[in-house]
Amino acid sequence: MNRLLILLALIALPAAPALAAGVGDTAPALALTTPAGEKINLTEHHGQVVYLDFWASWCTPCRKSFPWMNSMQEKYRAQGLLILAVNLDEARADAERFLAETPASFTVVLDPKGESARSWKVKGMPTSYLIGRQGRLLAIHTGFRDHEADSRERQIVDALAASH
Amino acid sequence: MKPTVAKGRSSMRWRQVTELALLLLALAGCAPVEPWQKGHLAQPGMALDRDPLERQMSTHVFESKEGARAGDTAGGGGCGCN
Repeated sequence: MNRLLILLALIALPAAPALAAGVGDTAPALALTTPAGEKINLTEHHGQVVYLDFWASWCTPCRKSFPWMNSMQEKYRAQGLLILAVNLDEARADAERFLAETPASFTVVLDPKGESARSWKVKGMPTSYLIGRQGRLLAIHTGFRDHEADSRERQIVDALAASH
Repeated sequence: MKPTVAKGRSSMRWRQVTELALLLLALAGCAPVEPWQKGHLAQPGMALDRDPLERQMSTHVFESKEGARAGDTAGGGGCGCN
């Protein structure tokens, strides 16, 4: 019986969730390409506040978050906010159809294989990471609900005002 | 009646070990589905009950066969009226 329990525990071990990149940690690396072919690297935007959002065309809350992200980018662009939306659709046509219906005035990059989602330990769709000017993770949000918009905007404003 | 020959203890043990080994091997094939890989599940054809009218019909047939209202949900006592 004891041996069986040990064996079962060994099976369960690989399933143990890996520690997620948490608030306060340094942001992981990110280097992806926009649909137009422009290369975007997170390290080049040190000193800016980056709102990184992982989305996909089939995710309904993502559709709701786009107009809000558009208004945030316009409102705070001059103060140094960069909104970077990583698309995780396996088929590029899905992403392009979504963008045709719900346009984005912020930067969109493509990651069809989902490698960046893996390294950033994305737990749900959508997930957004607020990265401060010094490259530290300030906030992580999963999902998007309309009543969260104001508190997220306040976090962005605080991040823009702070030097960390 | 001639009793059936009982299997030897050691061969029983080996069988158990083999079964356990095969079970572990099979479980090793389990791969988790990441949150961003669930696009196929979001397609309309993947919904369990797409047409509300069809769902109402199925529920009614089920309820009348079970002889209980809301018989497809768990819990509750309640009347058996039809």
